[in-house]
Amino acid sequence: MSDARMPDASVVRLSGLAKTFALPSGETMTAVSGIDLELRRGEFVSLIGPSGCGKSTLLRLIGDLTHPSAGVVTVNDKPAHQARIDRDYGMVFQAPVLFEWRTIEENVRLPLELTTWERGAREARVREMLELVELTEFARHHPYQLSGGMQQRVAIARALTFSPSILLMDEPFGALDEMTRERMNSEVLRIWEQTGITVVFVTHSIPEAVFLSSRVVVMSARPGRITRVVEIDLPRPRGVETRESRRYFEMVTEVREALRGGEGRADEGLASLERAEGEGLTG
Amino acid sequence: MQRSPEAAAPRRGLLGRAGIYLLFLLGLFLLWEGLKFIGGDPWRYFGLEWRPPLKITTVNDQSLPHVWDIVETMIGPYRRNADQSLFVYLVLKALYTWREAAIGFVLGGLLGVSLAAAFVHSQLLERAFVPYVVASQTIPIVALAPMIVFFFGNNVMSVVIIATYLTFFPVTIAMIRGLRSPDPRALELMRSYAASRRTILWKLRLPASLPYLFTALKITATASIVGAIIGEGPGAIQNGLGWSIIEFNQQYVTNPSKLWGAIFVASLLGVSFYALVRLVELRVLRGRPEASAG
Repeated sequence: MSDARMPDASVVRLSGLAKTFALPSGETMTAVSGIDLELRRGEFVSLIGPSGCGKSTLLRLIGDLTHPSAGVVTVNDKPAHQARIDRDYGMVFQAPVLFEWRTIEENVRLPLELTTWERGAREARVREMLELVELTEFARHHPYQLSGGMQQRVAIARALTFSPSILLMDEPFGALDEMTRERMNSEVLRIWEQTGITVVFVTHSIPEAVFLSSRVVVMSARPGRITRVVEIDLPRPRGVETRESRRYFEMVTEVREALRGGEGRADEGLASLERAEGEGLTG
Repeated sequence: MQRSPEAAAPRRGLLGRAGIYLLFLLGLFLLWEGLKFIGGDPWRYFGLEWRPPLKITTVNDQSLPHVWDIVETMIGPYRRNADQSLFVYLVLKALYTWREAAIGFVLGGLLGVSLAAAFVHSQLLERAFVPYVVASQTIPIVALAPMIVFFFGNNVMSVVIIATYLTFFPVTIAMIRGLRSPDPRALELMRSYAASRRTILWKLRLPASLPYLFTALKITATASIVGAIIGEGPGAIQNGLGWSIIEFNQQYVTNPSKLWGAIFVASLLGVSFYALVRLVELRVLRGRPEASAG
């Protein structure tokens, strides 16, 4: 009934994880605390919660883009830092963050230029990735010539060039319109099924989380904690029928109720948290 | 972040643009001679005389010679019995000056980029040295030029150093900004690839800073020429435009057209160097959405 793929081993293990930021005022702000979570290989896990619940911080902790104040992040049985050095991660942000001076194929090739891959192998890989996101004919275009959805597909192709074992996606479709978003959701599922990669997906959207995920991790704010983990047992492959099925609505309702239960003090000090997260981003 | 290609206005044809320049030149000519016609010295041509109704003190044949007198001087020999016309003579001098300026321009550009790269990577260096970089620019070049000549001698080297000195500052300031211009998420992306600082500099910071670099280079293209012209005096470099300007300054009372000719060639040089940098900019920034903007 559940996932077609049998999850075998743990790929990410978070234990006792906490992150506090020092605010400019001198106070400290707890973004997330007491996080224990295990992700199995090949899983699609969404992190959902109100703004300021620290879901992006959690994603960045997994990716070793910020360091935990307490607790340990283990990725592929090594510390997160080593995993980053070994290039185990692919990152996709809310904005495509393409390099405007590079063509589409040059953007996709960027991660490979940091490796010792041979020229021929690089070009083959870039072609393969562009085929995967169905943008082959735009290889020589520049980013500004593409629509927002297409740019985000390029960002996904770029994230996958290394064949990372984990794909970290931080609200990747938050800036897209509803139609494009649904199309992108199906696209991501297709890529996920084709590559067998483990995905950690941060989102604000309950329908999106339910449609995509094997599990939805529901978080509450101030401090960011995991309040519930909802197993999504919708059959795969998922498509238009999934969104119209009775079970889908039940799952959406379940996640919504889990969110409401943990909403609590969400609004309090929200702005300061977002500021702190923003600083973590640049630091 | 996202700009549509349609946003770029259709380019005017080359002919149309040349037409606008010519029209502007004609306007300038009419303004110049018009002023002389209503408020200058009497015109005497073909045995006729026109006495302008007004008397504007600054408008006389001494300070504003007739355009055709300047042209006549320019196509005439640069000195009595010389084969070369003044125009060709000045253009050759200008090319010599341009060589000095261009070397200073390149050196100043490299110095500016290096300083900015150092400052962007080390807050300590930035805090320690930026005040001195700024202070260096408050010293007037006329005060500094003789000192530079004293240190480096009466040679081209001194002139090049003065041109360098006038070039590096705008480049440094623009490049500090430019090297910091990448989106923080682009930096995170590079970190997620475990990219080294050097890789980030080459693959992200430098390409992202190029529009800033060219803005600075367009300023310094003209500044480096001014530096070279000024430097030729104290440097006693007699092959360049600076020396001609000094020479014609001394002859101004007897022949003002010569200095006007030198000024014309100097500005021609400045405009050409600027246009050259702009051309390189268009080529290097090809494909970027803002490349078509000035």
